Amino acid sequence: MYLNQFLILAAALFCIGVYGVLARRNGVLVLMSIELILNSVNINLVALSAMNGDVTGQVFALFVIAVAAAEVGVGLAIVLLIYRNRRSIDIAEANLLKG
Amino acid sequence: MTAAILAQEALSRTESGVVNGFFAVLAIVAIVSALKMVTSSNVVHAALYLLVVLSAVAGVYVILGAEFVAATQVLVYLGAIMVLLLFGVMLTRAKIGTDTDLDNEQRWIGALVGAGMLAVMTYSLWEGFGDDKLPDTMVPQPTQAVSDSIFGTYLVPFEALSLLLLAALIGAVVVARRD
Amino acid sequence: MFAAEAAETAVSWFYTHAWVIPALPAASFVLILFFGKRLPFKGAEIGITAVAAAFVLAVLTTFTWIGDVQAEIASHEEGTTTEEHGTTEGGATTEEEHGTTEEEAPATSEEEEGLASGEQAAPAAPVAEEEEGGHATRGAPILTERTWFSNGADTFRIGTLIDGQSVMLLFVVTFISLLVHVYSTDYVHGDRRYTHFFAFLSLFTAAMLYYVLSSNTLQMIMGWELVGVCSFGLIGHWWEEKANSDAALKAFFTNRVGDIGLLVGMITLYFASGKTFDVVEINSKAISGETSHTALLVASLCLMAAVMSKSGQFILHTWLPDAMAGPTPVSALIHAATMVVAGVYLIGRLYGVFWMGLSIPGSSINAMAVIGAVTTVGGGLLAFVQRDIKKVLAYSTVSQLGYMVLALGVGAYTAGMFHLFTHAFFKACLFLGAGSVSHACHHSFDMKADMGGLRKYMPKTFITFVIGSLALAGIPPLAGFWSKDEILAGAGVWPGTEGNGDYWMPFVFGMITAALTAAYMTRTVWLTFFGEYRGHAHPHESGPRITTPLIILAFMAVVVGFLNLPGPFVETLGLPAGIAHRFEEWVEPGGIASFPPIDHANPSLTLAIVASLLAAGAGFVVLRYYKALYAKDAHAAEYTDGLRSRNTLAAAGYRVLENKYYLDHLYTGIIAGATKGPIADAAYWINQNIIDGIINTVGKFSVGLGRFVYHFIDQGMVDEAVNVSGRTASGSGQFLRRIQTGQIRQYATLMFGSAALLAAVFIIAI
Repeated sequence: MYLNQFLILAAALFCIGVYGVLARRNGVLVLMSIELILNSVNINLVALSAMNGDVTGQVFALFVIAVAAAEVGVGLAIVLLIYRNRRSIDIAEANLLKG
Repeated sequence: MTAAILAQEALSRTESGVVNGFFAVLAIVAIVSALKMVTSSNVVHAALYLLVVLSAVAGVYVILGAEFVAATQVLVYLGAIMVLLLFGVMLTRAKIGTDTDLDNEQRWIGALVGAGMLAVMTYSLWEGFGDDKLPDTMVPQPTQAVSDSIFGTYLVPFEALSLLLLAALIGAVVVARRD
Repeated sequence: MFAAEAAETAVSWFYTHAWVIPALPAASFVLILFFGKRLPFKGAEIGITAVAAAFVLAVLTTFTWIGDVQAEIASHEEGTTTEEHGTTEGGATTEEEHGTTEEEAPATSEEEEGLASGEQAAPAAPVAEEEEGGHATRGAPILTERTWFSNGADTFRIGTLIDGQSVMLLFVVTFISLLVHVYSTDYVHGDRRYTHFFAFLSLFTAAMLYYVLSSNTLQMIMGWELVGVCSFGLIGHWWEEKANSDAALKAFFTNRVGDIGLLVGMITLYFASGKTFDVVEINSKAISGETSHTALLVASLCLMAAVMSKSGQFILHTWLPDAMAGPTPVSALIHAATMVVAGVYLIGRLYGVFWMGLSIPGSSINAMAVIGAVTTVGGGLLAFVQRDIKKVLAYSTVSQLGYMVLALGVGAYTAGMFHLFTHAFFKACLFLGAGSVSHACHHSFDMKADMGGLRKYMPKTFITFVIGSLALAGIPPLAGFWSKDEILAGAGVWPGTEGNGDYWMPFVFGMITAALTAAYMTRTVWLTFFGEYRGHAHPHESGPRITTPLIILAFMAVVVGFLNLPGPFVETLGLPAGIAHRFEEWVEPGGIASFPPIDHANPSLTLAIVASLLAAGAGFVVLRYYKALYAKDAHAAEYTDGLRSRNTLAAAGYRVLENKYYLDHLYTGIIAGATKGPIADAAYWINQNIIDGIINTVGKFSVGLGRFVYHFIDQGMVDEAVNVSGRTASGSGQFLRRIQTGQIRQYATLMFGSAALLAAVFIIAI
């Protein structure tokens, strides 16, 4: 097995996730795409951990999973707040930073 | 899920050809489902496609000998995060069924950026790792080694993480609270 | 011999169990929080009991410490230099073995413990002989530590550090805290958050004691932040008024600025001194030159930022006067006597780092001395124009804190610590006195409108306040005189003093402040206690729970100065030589590796006379001014059509002072306003005003140049080029503004796109 087959799979999932973040209107879908990105990072960590025969990569993959859980929790709370205030979760409407 | 079980069986045979075959299946499933997820015009379908991607990734972890990570992936992602996301779909009253308005007008730029990144990354990975191979005898890493590492070397990050989770919990309650 | 053996065999219970002292008020905090409201005295009794117990322990610790130091000195005088290694090593580190053995495997634990104790005790011994030669080692810090947690190869320890400095502050904090607790039972009587107030006082006391006893910088950061939180909570005690909660927020945010410096400085020190948080080790490595000078310089400058915010040094001092929005006992305890000296304490704790990092010895100027000098004069001037008696005292605190920082900056360690010590007593006395006055005048602090002539109504408060003022002004033989004189001598420029360098500028500023202090305190005392009463209340003397602490503090303000009598003075008066420099012996360590070798300045009689005359003269001039005023109009508070209306320069100076050097305007109006506004606005503004302005200016300049000097250059071409570039700048600014759509997605697209592009560039370039 080549190391690259895992890394390139991760890269592909990462880019698909980026596309999802950029192209989706729905806040929940954006969050899902972010999960995809985080997973691709985990594949990298685990693959390199297997490559080096060291568990450190796995430990960090677990940390990433925990952080992802926290991220989804807070992210969904924000999406709900936007929904409650605007009756829509189209993140294009949240443009208070407009210059 | 079946993919994960199949992959497990594959490992026991330790024939790299078979394992490679399973990897190919998992990779194709993951990429196709991921693509479907970001293009689907139905929010619930997108969530289900994400479920497939995450299971496939768990299978990949098994192939890589990271069984504990795979188990955690199934428990946390498939179990908890997916439910949370589906709750999000429900609470924001997304349209059940097709919704033509899920993508924005910038999708082509997004696709371009994604493709550009993929090209750059693939090229640099190819350059960087070339044909580095994983060790032939891939023994699964024992969970004990992982836990020793977490509760030994990485105890402080672990504690910090627990604090982060607590903060996220409180933060989520404060942000989403109705008052 | 006997003393050395005693120190070797038994380390006093008070040293190894010093953690009990902060634990008592901490327990009291929890108890008050849970049960306070149901008790007959609403929780005050728990707080007072706990702090009184802590005070007793602190006093016992202090006496044990003094006894040990005296024994060390005595044993040295007997000529038993060989025993010293044993003394320092045995005394320097006491490990509590069983605390760790329970948790770890016995074999590795012993090894580790052995290593750790060896490392800690080792630096104390060899350097001591080289540098100090014949001097005794005394006052080596006593560490009591156990493993807190370990992460990989790094072990983090928690514990207490007992040395002269921490013992001194233990005494001060518990003493003043106890008096303030007693005072508060009357002062905040009937307040709607009475229990909450006492809970916070207890928490503050615990946090401050914890900070003082910290044996490593990690603990210091914790204590530092904890006292900050308590300060925030107590300033905003009456948060129903917007001004009070604003003041609390201001204090908190200003301190955050310095806290960044604290964190960066501590982290720099951690890595620079080989991954250790241990205070003793950091100092030892800094002094022995093991830590690189650049790292020490960076660390000490960062830590100076922390000192500036916590100890109210100039430009970050603005929170301190506003903090007077809190109840007066809080101002006395936290914002005068204890918490604000945390910064000064930090300097003293890591004196080796500052000593080497800022190159204090043999210099004539350094960042710390300059900050202190500017603060001391700046605060003194500001104290002149305040109407609010507490604000006068607050600016006076700023000024005196500047004095302490100045002292440490010029290398006069003992002088700085001694001033911290004396200042705590007389400033607490003054603040509590001000509280007593306002208690009598319908809770007003306005000296001009609501006070005057109070000496007839409240004699006890009057006398204690005057004693405090005289001590602050440095009138001999009160406490402030001795410590201030020592600082001025420490600058090392007066003939015959020979300190650690020639610090002219701090010395001059210190002399100015000596005069200023006497002057503004005279003004305050006059406006408050002399003349005719201008308010509308019926002033009366406060109750015994208020006056007793005042009397005790006034007594301390008289006597504590005698703790550190200068040698020549003692000789001249024919007193026993043993009573000279007591404080220095007790507080300043000698001949140990973790403390820099300081040259002590010689006390100078002429300097003492000149400084006292300066202070007395300034006070006298101000007194004359008010006497003349009183003769003219008994009810006038101050000339309104005096100097200010006749002299524009004086008027301008007054206005600058009234507006506190416009620092608040700078912070809220300019800095915060600019940050608050949308970034796009700023970019647009820069585009409109600066870029265009520059382009146009450059354009005009070159056009002018083209016309008058270089006639052969085509005017039209230059003009055109200038206009085109101007239009380009303007156009690109407009274009850039259009990018700021507020669409997060577009920002993300830009980010990812540029990341990919940048990666591609890297790949191609490498």
